Amino acid sequence: MKTKKKFNKYMLISVISIAVGIFVWWLLTAGLGLVKSNILPSPDTIVHTFIKKLYDPNPEGGTLFVHLLASLQVALSGYGLGIVLGIPLGIIMAWYPRIEMTVRPVFDLVRTVPGVAWIPVMVSLAGIGLLSKALVIFISAMVATVINSYSGIKQTKEVHLWVGQTFGASNWELLTQIAIPSALPMIMTGCKIALGQAWTTLVAAELLASTKGIGYMIQQARGIFRLDIVIVGMIVIGLTGAALTGLITLIEKAVLKGGKY
Amino acid sequence: MQGKKEAKVKVQNLTKKFGDLLVLDDLNFEVQDGEFLCIVGPTGCGKTTFLNTLTKLYVPTAGEILVNGIPVDPKKQNISYIFQEYSAYPWLTIKENVKWGLKIKKVPEKEAEESAAEMLDIVGLTKFADYYPSQISVSMLQRVVIARAFATKPELLLMDEPYGQLDIDLRFRLEDELLKLWERTKTTVLFITHNIEEAVYLGQNIMVLTNKPTSIKTVIQNPLPLPRDVMAQDFVELREHVTELIKWW
Repeated sequence: MKTKKKFNKYMLISVISIAVGIFVWWLLTAGLGLVKSNILPSPDTIVHTFIKKLYDPNPEGGTLFVHLLASLQVALSGYGLGIVLGIPLGIIMAWYPRIEMTVRPVFDLVRTVPGVAWIPVMVSLAGIGLLSKALVIFISAMVATVINSYSGIKQTKEVHLWVGQTFGASNWELLTQIAIPSALPMIMTGCKIALGQAWTTLVAAELLASTKGIGYMIQQARGIFRLDIVIVGMIVIGLTGAALTGLITLIEKAVLKGGKY
Repeated sequence: MQGKKEAKVKVQNLTKKFGDLLVLDDLNFEVQDGEFLCIVGPTGCGKTTFLNTLTKLYVPTAGEILVNGIPVDPKKQNISYIFQEYSAYPWLTIKENVKWGLKIKKVPEKEAEESAAEMLDIVGLTKFADYYPSQISVSMLQRVVIARAFATKPELLLMDEPYGQLDIDLRFRLEDELLKLWERTKTTVLFITHNIEEAVYLGQNIMVLTNKPTSIKTVIQNPLPLPRDVMAQDFVELREHVTELIKWW
């Protein structure tokens, strides 16, 4: 009851801060006219453009929905593949020293290269379709999940493993019933970080090589000085990112029943 | 003691070195079935190394440890170990924690459920069966661990200063609880502590270790009947005697 009240109070503060922000924005642009509309469009223009872009494919050739769908398709396929391969890879690297010795050198080289740097290589390998961008996102998402699941497993408390050993648990049982559950909070954090990486990398990839997607829409609008569309694109990116993070937080809560440890 | 009966635990020439550092120096002793043996010694004398070698968490440099006449192996023998640190699994509920050892030992689900319920009842945690460790107090956590250790009905129970971090009041309560469980289950207990009062309160026999390199100084029989009174004259005398042995050299 008490925490709920507190939560409502914080919600109120958040809402007020956003409202004040928008009001100042409006004051600077439409309200007092201090900033010209071709430099920064006013909030009501943005709302207008947003509604219009819901059904109007002009000027760059796609409705908001089409772009968003294209972006999500690329992001989620790359991200999904990244975590599906990254989590097990991090786990076995941490658990089996031989695999660590084999994979680690390559991984350490790859991890320091920012995802965006892969774009030119991937474009020349796989063109500007879904595949090249999904591959770029796959790499960024995988690096983040590997690092987190690796450290999660490595941080398993020795005493937890000892309890298992003295009960006579096999190596496989120690891994699946102690190390992995105890690494779950870090693995989930890895999934969250990876999502952030995937989403930012996606927009960068679409700015450079694409025929649709939110990043593409922004890039095209920038070319014809439609800053209102650019800002609509930014808002959509922000909202979608927040929604996806919220979704993962829900999954995290369902998975980590014992709380954070 | 029990004459011709085969010893439960038989330790022969047990030696452990970490590099050049000799920690355990040629230990030889026997523990009888159902015995409650307390092991005391000066701080840093290698008590934990001793238990960890005994359960094969550490590989001994030399010597042999036999349980029921065969070399110790946690996969074959039913051993439980209660560690100094809190070792309840935070991702499992209290009941799942208590059932964990039974699951590893492939005890059928129904039977495991019954054993866990019984143990939870004994340590007074039935109401908290579905809680997670983060939701209960430290003293309850240690009782979860004790319940988990006893649930598998171990033939050998090893305890490494399990109450070292608890306050005195709570320690007495848990010690009494432990004695009740021991009398009920007739399991063999090796209990390590640096607290001499605790050793005299619990142990049938008290093994005194020397400083590093650790060897056995002596084993004292404790004739006092249970339950013991820490304020009684004979209790205090025995406690002083053990204290003298530890700081004598």
